[in-house]
Amino acid sequence: MNIIVCIKRVPATDSKIKVGADGRSIDPAGVDFVLNPYDEFAVEQALKTKEQLGAGQVTVVSLGSADAQKELRSCLAMGADAAVLLDDGGKPRDAHATASAVAAWLRTVPHDVVFCGKQAVDHDDSQFAGRLAALLGVPSVTEVVALELSDGTFRAERDIEGAREVVRCGTPCVISTQKGLNEPRSATLKGIMAAKKKPLETVAADVPAPGVEVVSLELPPERKEGRILGSVDELIAALRTEAKVL
Amino acid sequence: MSQFKAADFYQIDDLFTEEERMVRDTVRDWVTDNFLPVVEEHNRAGTFPMELVPALGELGVFGANLEGYGCAGMSSTANGLICQELERGDSGLRSFVSVQGSLCMFPIHSYGTEEQKQKWLPGMAAGKLIGCFGLTEADFGSNPSGMLTRIEDKGDHYLLNGSKYWITNGCIADLAIVSAKLDGVVRMIVVEKGTPGFSTNTIKNKFSLRASVTSELVFEDCKVPKENLLPGIEGLKGPLSCLNSARFGIAFGAVGAAMAVYDEALRYSQNRIMFDKPIGRFQLVQNKLVWMVNEITKGQLLAWRMGQLKDSDRLHHTHVSLAKRNNCWMALECCRLARDVLGANGITDEYQTMRHMCNLESVITYEGTHDIHGLIVGREITGLDAIM
Ligand SMILES: Cc1cc2nc3c(=O)[nH]c(=O)nc-3n(C[C@H](O)[C@H](O)[C@H](O)COP(=O)(O)OP(=O)(O)OC[C@H]3O[C@@H](n4cnc5c(N)ncnc54)[C@H](O)[C@@H]3O)c2cc1C
Repeated sequence: MNIIVCIKRVPATDSKIKVGADGRSIDPAGVDFVLNPYDEFAVEQALKTKEQLGAGQVTVVSLGSADAQKELRSCLAMGADAAVLLDDGGKPRDAHATASAVAAWLRTVPHDVVFCGKQAVDHDDSQFAGRLAALLGVPSVTEVVALELSDGTFRAERDIEGAREVVRCGTPCVISTQKGLNEPRSATLKGIMAAKKKPLETVAADVPAPGVEVVSLELPPERKEGRILGSVDELIAALRTEAKVL
Repeated sequence: MSQFKAADFYQIDDLFTEEERMVRDTVRDWVTDNFLPVVEEHNRAGTFPMELVPALGELGVFGANLEGYGCAGMSSTANGLICQELERGDSGLRSFVSVQGSLCMFPIHSYGTEEQKQKWLPGMAAGKLIGCFGLTEADFGSNPSGMLTRIEDKGDHYLLNGSKYWITNGCIADLAIVSAKLDGVVRMIVVEKGTPGFSTNTIKNKFSLRASVTSELVFEDCKVPKENLLPGIEGLKGPLSCLNSARFGIAFGAVGAAMAVYDEALRYSQNRIMFDKPIGRFQLVQNKLVWMVNEITKGQLLAWRMGQLKDSDRLHHTHVSLAKRNNCWMALECCRLARDVLGANGITDEYQTMRHMCNLESVITYEGTHDIHGLIVGREITGLDAIM
């Protein structure tokens, strides 16, 4: 089985974000970048699927700049067999452009299942899996919390409002992973050494012009410093006259 | 507790390779997830978390810089960064790994026969066999050449008599690499647990390195098979080469301990309000924090450079002495300053600083005391020996 995992390099969620000079993107200086946390479940599921079958090839792919080689290599250290950097040449992208570029590459390689995280924690678009499946003309199952494979068919469980939904889906397909699906393994030192010898190829991506443009990026207003009041009366007065909530 | 933030005031990160950073981050996360939640409990009980040993083996930290036999085969710098991250957790954890890798696997790997390597190294790399290293005796610490433990050749076997003191992992080890004199010459011999005439006692009531086992090894007419002698080395340079490898790790490790307490003190200074202001707002407190980050930065650069020299085969043992001496000292001073910044809270084990401080009292003493390393560097620069 040819298993593809789409991953993204994103700022760590505990990083202090600053808006860049262009007012539309974040300033990468001083920010720690990591593998998108939801993608860790995707990588783990890909490795588990291969282990279950006792055969197959896990290829991780990331659309972005050369910086993403670090995250690709960490997936190789976890156990993926090969990695591909789809170099976007620094072109602006929206969700459609991203999915299109990855779909264009996927058409050139054999793939039975494509795993990806349910969303990337940077832009929180949650559009990738659905768009990719549509462009490829294959089924997709999103936000999967349990997954089994037998006789080439996936049985997936999803948490929907107030219930657990169980679906069946053949291959090829796109599956997006939700927290709870599995416990992602960490790399081992031997895995890191082995990763050095695994292929990491760079391919120029075919990125169409985006239809959506980020106009500006603003940080939420800083929380004002708290104030300790002397008595309940003072508090009620402040709620009435300052906060005007009473 | 919020996520540990590693001090890197001088962007020293850029000096390491991507692989070295990946190794460091992997071990850092492992320590945060697996070790920190249990360390205080073990420190109180005076036990080492043996339950984590298989996972440490799987992670690959035992003999990580050695080639083959199930070892990871990493650069010395990567191995140093592993020590840094382990000691960020606790000096006892780093000690366990240093003893296993540098003091036990390294001599088997360097001076052992192929049969000896096959017999012990894969199990040790996996954490299935634990080693200990017996050089120090109760009456011979800084002067190991005076050791009394001796090996006698009895034709078809060796007879070992004597004792070793202050031996890390002694009571929990499956094998001991013992230094002893054969016809007046120091040799290294492997003594397996259960060998008749070999017994161990635990050294109790330590203030320091509580999450590490320290023991006495006793040999009374202990019959050791001849094939257990490491044939590749004679003289004190055998055990000293092991110590040199371990001290390399200590110089990195001490930086990790310093980074841990600096991080704790810095956070505390930003949150602790006194006189209506965070204490970090006061000049005297800032000065302490600046001293720490200043010395940590220098210690990081020393360790990094030492790694460069080792990986390009230009490292002299006096380089290691200087780095071990400086970094243990600065880490201990950082602990004392951090403890001060933490006020009364700093004396409980809600905070890790005092645990690190107590630990470093051992680390500054073992593997050559602060002053002995000073004298080693002094001898190197003056050409005059002040040790003896
Ligand atoms: C927790 C712990 C774990 C240890 N683990 C091991 C282990 O696994 N294996 C092992 O073999 N050993 C181990 N050791 C022993 C350690 O290496 C020795 O304690 C160390 O070498 C110092 O020896 P000593 O304690 O006998 O001190 P001493 O040599 O008695 O030194 C006492 C003081 O005298 C000073 N001094 C001594 N000689 C001179 C001199 N010529 N000039 C100036 N000052 C001098 C020293 O600097 C020190 O301040 C461990 C020790 C500890 C505390």
